[in-house]
Amino acid sequence: MSEVRRFLADARMVAARDLRIEFRSRVVVGQVVPFALLVLVLFGFALDADHRTLRTFASGLFWVAVLLSALLAVHRSAALEQSEGTMDALRMSGLPPAALFIGKATAVFVQLVLLEVVLLGGLLVLYGVQVVDPALLVVAGLLAGVAVAAAGTLYGALASGLGVRETLLPILLLPVLAPVLIGATRAFDDALGAVAVDGWAWTGLLAVAALIATVVGALAHGVLIED
Amino acid sequence: MADRYRDGVPVVELRGAVALLGTFPALAGVDLTVESGEVVLLRGPNGAGKTTLLRLCAGLVRPESGSVEVLGHDLVRERRSVRRRVALLGHATGLYDDLTVTQNVYFWARAAGLTAVEATGRVTAALLRMGLSERLLGQPVHTLSAGQQRRASLAALVVRRPELWLLDEPHAGLDQSGRDVVDALVGDAVAAGATVLVSSHELERVAGLGPRVVTISGGVVVDDTGRDDGGGHGV
Repeated sequence: MSEVRRFLADARMVAARDLRIEFRSRVVVGQVVPFALLVLVLFGFALDADHRTLRTFASGLFWVAVLLSALLAVHRSAALEQSEGTMDALRMSGLPPAALFIGKATAVFVQLVLLEVVLLGGLLVLYGVQVVDPALLVVAGLLAGVAVAAAGTLYGALASGLGVRETLLPILLLPVLAPVLIGATRAFDDALGAVAVDGWAWTGLLAVAALIATVVGALAHGVLIED
Repeated sequence: MADRYRDGVPVVELRGAVALLGTFPALAGVDLTVESGEVVLLRGPNGAGKTTLLRLCAGLVRPESGSVEVLGHDLVRERRSVRRRVALLGHATGLYDDLTVTQNVYFWARAAGLTAVEATGRVTAALLRMGLSERLLGQPVHTLSAGQQRRASLAALVVRRPELWLLDEPHAGLDQSGRDVVDALVGDAVAAGATVLVSSHELERVAGLGPRVVTISGGVVVDDTGRDDGGGHGV
């Protein structure tokens, strides 16, 4: 088996394992998704359920809800490797750290996409938004999902290494994700017809953020889990 | 990369190895040479440095000074070349609670580089070898007793067929039949040409394997007198 195929097989195996664990534990379905929907509902209460206001700010509220919920998913992903000596076992297995990173980030990405789909349904039902550019919505959602999953996995490993992940992770991660929040919000503004901006231009920022987070994460993960 | 250990180089060679836990010197200059096929019993009081020594040999603890070579490789520079050939049974299970026993062992077999066919062939055999009934194999790990989890941990190591076994209190939490399984496992490993370093307070069990006894205290080797006669040295 070539090195690349072996690498991809390792990453796929890790992603499948994390998703299997999530499927069994139902943390995402039972806790993360309800939390995200609750955030959307609370935003609605805070803005007096004024549909025009909600539609105007729907994109920003959507992505704030995604980021807050992503913290839970990322924390959960990092915690899997901190219990019962599984990180030691991973180190001993000889699994390439970059493959481990890509696999874990992929699992988080899949969960985030699921979360985005459910939250989008929440936007349509609760806020009364309409999608005017579905392609832009999908592309922006996927690129932002990659960026959040990759950066989250990287910072989850970093915070775990420091031994204070529960409290430190949001402080480390949210500032890094600010450009993703801005880009994704602008792209969704265009896709939902809320604000007249060039959403496709903002997807460029999302693509760059996703690429940087993925490459840096893959390169740095070995150092983070070893030291 | 050349594998010098195949040419008669010791499986483990520590020279003045110092390791810190925080700022505490858990190992304060250990010299130890272990030849291929040896069974070495590490003994000493709690806090003597036995666990740290095993983790050092696994490449999980970085030496502060001195040299550490395992299977002919320098563990500071080449630890990833070595780890797949080394098995460490520590205090934790190394298993994912929400996966079944079989899923856990299969994952670790694949993570260690086995193909799907190899892993499938070895997993069930290893689990049954550890005395886990077929009824338990499909159960999530968190539903198993501590002893059953310990057996599953051992199975996850057995499938890799390591050349060096590092066993930290392997009998802990096991019932009589589980302890017998561990003893048989060590015997099989040695028969297959593997090397075993075992830390245990249960000297009478390990004595049956005729180990070389190394006593550690205060982070240094204080006695390396040779074979245990089974007479119970007391720690």
